[in-house]
Parts: sequence; structure tokens; C-alpha cells
Amino acid sequence: MAKNIAVIGDSESIKGFGAIGIDIYPCDDIENAAHLLRNLADNDNYAVIYMTEELFELVEKERNRYENRLTPAIIPLPGVKGNTGIGSKRLSAFVEQAVGSDILFG
Amino acid sequence: MAIMNVNPTRMQLTKLKKQLATAVRGHKMLKDKRDELMRRFIDLVQENKRLRDKVEHEIAECNSHFVNASAVMSKQALDASLMSPKQQISVEVSAKNVMSVNIPEFTTSARTNDKGDIFPYGFAFTSFELDDAVMSLNDILPDLIRLAEIEKSCEMMSAEIEKTRRRVNSLEHVMIPRYQETIKYISMKLEENDRSSRTRLMKVKDMLLDKAHNYSGKY
Repeated sequence: MAKNIAVIGDSESIKGFGAIGIDIYPCDDIENAAHLLRNLADNDNYAVIYMTEELFELVEKERNRYENRLTPAIIPLPGVKGNTGIGSKRLSAFVEQAVGSDILFG
Repeated sequence: MAIMNVNPTRMQLTKLKKQLATAVRGHKMLKDKRDELMRRFIDLVQENKRLRDKVEHEIAECNSHFVNASAVMSKQALDASLMSPKQQISVEVSAKNVMSVNIPEFTTSARTNDKGDIFPYGFAFTSFELDDAVMSLNDILPDLIRLAEIEKSCEMMSAEIEKTRRRVNSLEHVMIPRYQETIKYISMKLEENDRSSRTRLMKVKDMLLDKAHNYSGKY
């Protein structure tokens, strides 16, 4: 089944993504982020949901619900405010979970 | 290691031996699975890291392009230019089975045939900085999608490796030693029973012979 790609984030960071064919869901109010993510993910219309790093960090509980499902893949991207290093930290966490300690990027 | 709470019978012994054989075989297979998953995971996670660094760098660049664009255009004009997108990316999702982990594979297709047809605005009233910004974002799209695919795969594989690792460890350090000890305990117990019944029989035989022929008096 063909699915789409979405991006959630503050409107400054994500406005460009609309032009290249990604559905944008501006979310300037951080309280709404969890709700929005749940809606998008439960509809199962999106294969990938990119989130800005600030929001990504706030919705950990919601993300865990979709961890074992094939889609959506919820991926953090840096916003206009710059790179917070969450993406790399996430990779370290994967290695740590798999190996027991971070032997690659530690 | 505590032995299991079982009756020391021959039937139980055969049953346990069978279970031990299964456990050993399962342990070997799970260990192989873990090693292979780990090998693939390490490759994947290294590519993931490389790709992520690249994408993060490129996104920072895109953002600076957008900042340039918003510097020369009014916010309203900029928002209006991007308001009605022309392009729509759709993704075909298929699952790929790697060591019983289903990892996703994304194949993208655009709504319009022309991949370069990305500018949702006429060029008359927009600045070229905006063109730059949109174009640079479009260039990183394949990387973005590949990143999503790999990162999701890493996420699923790391969870599976953890599970497999736990299983291997519990088999190796708990189940198998417990079976071995229990089997040892039962076979010792059976041998002991065997010896005690043998001596008892010998004793009884002696007593019977003694009674019949009064042997003991002769020696």
C-alpha cells in the first residue's frame, strides 16, 4: 500500500518540506505534539514521520507504542534552532541496547 | 545451581535428556542468530551514523538557505510561495525479513513524472534564494528516506538482538546447567538404588543359603 511521508515540527523548521512533497504538520504548541503524533500514526497513512528534535524528545511515550511496528518510522531531524545531538544519542542507545555497552560511538 | 524438583526415575531421566538435547540445539541456533544479527546491525548502524551526520549537515545548510530567502522576501510572500505544494511523495513499504526481524524497505515515487518539478510557485515574484533552498532540500530527500529506512531497521534489530541475547544467556547459564545437574543427580540416584538393591539381594541370597544348607557354619 502506498503511504506518504509527514513532518511534524515548528512551522519555521518545516515549511520547506511542503515544497518537496512531504505533508507538513506545523506544531508550534508543544502540548499538541503527542496528540498530533498519535493521530498521524494511528491512521497508518504515513510510512515515515519526521519530527524536529525538540518535539521528538517530548513524545517518548507515544513513540514507544510504535517501536515494534513496521510503520511509521519516527525519525528526529534538527530544526532551525540547530542540532541538539539527539539523533546521535539515539544511535548510541541502539548500540547499547544491542551490545550491552556503546562500543562504537562511545 | 539448584537441581529441578523431579522424581529420580528412569522415565524422568529420558525426558530430561531429550529436553537437554533440544535446549543445546536451540542454544546453538540462537547463538548463531545473535551473531549474524549483530554483524548486520553493526554494519547498518555504522551506515546510519554516516548518513545521519550527512543529513544533519545538509539540513543545517538548507535552513541557512531558507534564512537567506526569508531575508530578501517578506514572510507573507515566502509562506504564500510554499503554500500549495505541487509535488507529493508516496512511499511503497515492503518488509524484508532479516533473521526473522521484519525491517522496512521504502520505495518512493513522486506524483509528477518530472522529478525536478518541485517549485510550487512562479519565478516572477520570488527570489532565487528560495529556489536554492527548495532545491537543496529536494536533493537531500533520497538521503532522508534512506535514513528513515535504516534508522527504523536499527531500532527493530537492536530490540531483537537484546531479546535474543537474553534468551541465549538464559539457556547457557541457567537452563542447560540445570538440566545437566538434574540428569547427573537422577543417574547417580538410580545407580545408588541399583547398588543398594544388588547388595540386598546378595545378602538375602546368603541368608537363604545359610538357612537351607547351613553354609555359614562351614567357613
